Amino acid sequence: MSTELFFQYFSAGITYGFLYAIVAIGFNIIYNATGIINFAQGEFVMLGGMTAISLYPFMPLPLAIVAAVIITTIIGALVEIIFIRWLDNPSVLRMIIITIGLSILIREAALFVWGESVRSLPYFNGNSISSINIMGANVSPQVLWVIGVCAVMVTILSLFFQLSTLGREMRACAANRLAATLCGINTRNRITLSFMLSAAIGAAAGCVMSPITYSQYDMGPGLAIKGFTVAILGGLGNSMAAVAAGLLLGLVESFSVMVLPQSYQEIIATSILLLVLFIRPHGLFGNKDTAALKEF
Amino acid sequence: MRHLKKYLPLAVMALMVTAVQLLTSYTGTAYYLTQLTITAYYGLLITGLCLLMGYAGQLSLGHTGFFAIGGYVSAALTTHDLTACRNDFFITLLNHAHLLISRHDIYGEPLITVKAWPACLAAIAAALLIAFIIGIPVLKLKGHYLAMATMGFGIIIFRIVMASTYFGEADGISDVPAFTLLPGLTVSGDFSYRTQNYYIAWGLILTGMFLLINLIDSRPGRALRAIHGSPEAAEAVGINTARYKLLTFVISAAFAAVAGVFLTHFNGGIGPSEASIMKSVRYVAIIAIGGMASLWGALSMGVILNFLSLRGVFGSYDDAVFGAILVLVMLFAPNGILRLPIWRKLNFRHRDG
Amino acid sequence: MALLTIKDLNRSFGGIQAVSDVSFKVKRGTIKALIGPNGAGKTTMFNLICGNLPPTSGRISFKDQAIETLTAHRIARLGLARTFQNIKLYPGLSSLENVMLGRHSRSHTGFIAAMLNLPRARREEDDIEEKSYALLKMLNIAELADKEAVSLAFGQQRAVEMARALAAEPELLLLDEPAAGLNIYETAELAELITQIREIGITILLVEHDMSLVMRISDEIVVLNFGRKIAEGVPGTIQNNQEVIRIYLGGDD
Repeated sequence: MSTELFFQYFSAGITYGFLYAIVAIGFNIIYNATGIINFAQGEFVMLGGMTAISLYPFMPLPLAIVAAVIITTIIGALVEIIFIRWLDNPSVLRMIIITIGLSILIREAALFVWGESVRSLPYFNGNSISSINIMGANVSPQVLWVIGVCAVMVTILSLFFQLSTLGREMRACAANRLAATLCGINTRNRITLSFMLSAAIGAAAGCVMSPITYSQYDMGPGLAIKGFTVAILGGLGNSMAAVAAGLLLGLVESFSVMVLPQSYQEIIATSILLLVLFIRPHGLFGNKDTAALKEF
Repeated sequence: MRHLKKYLPLAVMALMVTAVQLLTSYTGTAYYLTQLTITAYYGLLITGLCLLMGYAGQLSLGHTGFFAIGGYVSAALTTHDLTACRNDFFITLLNHAHLLISRHDIYGEPLITVKAWPACLAAIAAALLIAFIIGIPVLKLKGHYLAMATMGFGIIIFRIVMASTYFGEADGISDVPAFTLLPGLTVSGDFSYRTQNYYIAWGLILTGMFLLINLIDSRPGRALRAIHGSPEAAEAVGINTARYKLLTFVISAAFAAVAGVFLTHFNGGIGPSEASIMKSVRYVAIIAIGGMASLWGALSMGVILNFLSLRGVFGSYDDAVFGAILVLVMLFAPNGILRLPIWRKLNFRHRDG
Repeated sequence: MALLTIKDLNRSFGGIQAVSDVSFKVKRGTIKALIGPNGAGKTTMFNLICGNLPPTSGRISFKDQAIETLTAHRIARLGLARTFQNIKLYPGLSSLENVMLGRHSRSHTGFIAAMLNLPRARREEDDIEEKSYALLKMLNIAELADKEAVSLAFGQQRAVEMARALAAEPELLLLDEPAAGLNIYETAELAELITQIREIGITILLVEHDMSLVMRISDEIVVLNFGRKIAEGVPGTIQNNQEVIRIYLGGDD
């Protein structure tokens, strides 16, 4: 294999890997706050990208992206307030079905608004053929945007959860909701906030990715499955490990093209999901005993 | 007599099935029978899934995978021409076992394929085997993990049929021949077979309901409900919970596979949409509306909603309607719409289970 | 003759030693009580014996057969039944059905026979129902047969759970705090019932906090504290054991 080809697979793998990691972190934020897996997580990415694309003709690109992230964040909050907040101790099965139903509704609404067409945002710098030479290989500047934005988001999130009072309160809710409530933390609002946060990062990722991966109304479920694979691979709830797991999945998927036809790519990711669930459900980096204490 | 009471709904259902056929025949609306036949096959899958979800308490978001395995294997075996490899050892063996048939395709070209009966049995056997193998690790999982694993299984089946030329990629398999069950009894979408196919499909579902009604009221059926309610207490009375869950998974996969085989021969083909995750979600929705642990609830909701969907009542909002139903039912009537308090207020008597 | 033998049993959770080096025997036809303050490891002991938890090390034998590696349902089939501290009845099932489930290990109908409703399946079902109903009668709750078990009053649920355990015709019955939540009259009835059960040849091992009950009915008592066995003997000896008194009354050292 030529170095050029290798580097192309590599950068594609890294790009997708970051996207999967962001979706996985979105899962983790909500899971940590509520114990719920939000099956509509992929739809946030789709909404972010599609909204920015629709706004772009009316305003400059950065403004369109910021507006799209804000709108998606509001939708995330509304989802929690309307459909989840008032349920009294719902069963896991009930929550799974509700979030699946919501993902269908968001997708169908997107189909109604935007149709089936595949769209994309313009490249942030240059165009689809412009490239930057790094160590002898050509990389699209958009790839650097993706890596940069995702890395910044991950850093800010981890600082937020480690250092800020609000972030610490959210972790407290995750560790023990009742105890957090007794300490005077408004757990319900923290849960709304977790939906907003994961919608926001999903939407931001959906915007930076759009020039490379394109956006379409039905991109959500595929992303959700990959994001979930990554979340499990890293150990559910562990966001730093999710980044490593995301890059791993992205690269495996990207290089799999060398041995299998493109149409089998999805099968690989899904098979990895099943294998991890069967063999190491606590994740590659997780601890079995700790995982046994959590409610799945 | 006490034992026969539980079969009363079956007798009522048989009468209704006959009445509907006679009604369509008198009113000249026999074209409804085609959709009612398809509805019945989906109903078969739904009742099997209801046993798994409602009684054994195991969610499956990939059940359409077993339907697809049944349909696709039977379709592929009965349509792929074996003339080119007729001298291979295995094919010769099949031929000597009288499992092959020479016939002509719709363009009059001669071809050699597997006969419908052995193809049907092979398809069901394949589904059972896969259910058994996949069931062992999958059923160890709970909650979100179980949901994702079953959905993952469904996605893999969908991607395999989309990616392999043997299963026709995005086009699926067409020109699947009719399936003669017995002389004079043929599963076929041909106009002249319409009435008998209606009775084949509904006869199959009556048989399925008979088996399931017996099961849920028996020793193993009680054990399943115990596993659903309290797995630890179920083990404590000597129930091998892993084995019971697995057997139930295999039985419900068999229901789905049989439905897949029959519907494929009835439709004369199968496409990847039959294997899509959206279909699996739809079946789960129907069972949730019917009240989870209610075979009759699941069957009646399945018949009503699938029939309306096939009639095109929901138009291009088909998926949206099912999504909305899922959300609304889970928000406001998590025990199914048949158990909403309003029915009790109307003094509408119903028996749970 | 020991029905159940526990030898050098250990179980740790992470760094916490919940049960350490516990050994004792339960003789056939006796009532043995397992007592100790909260957190002494009594419930862990029960879970280890029933196969809900694997021991870290040590041996458990039941009817001269090693059971420490067997799964819970295999152990149950050998003739060991239990009740739970926090009652575990099956929701959605009637009291009678709950008791009928107790006969699972004593019956055989499989999926195929059940689905086809074969005559032998029907016969077995009638037999299960008859025996289960008889048990409800014996426990004076026959009138609750068709009520959903989890909707019953607390004491009634206890009785249903007891009937379910007895339906298995066990050789050893494990009772996890059977008197918890019962009033003084119900406790007296329970004592009567437990001795009755022993009369029909069932050996009993119970965890209980109600000392008057334990002292009244037990043949032998094992005292656990912080996962260790600190005393074993007949009620009279245990009552006078200085260490036991110190634990229960709170020592000053």
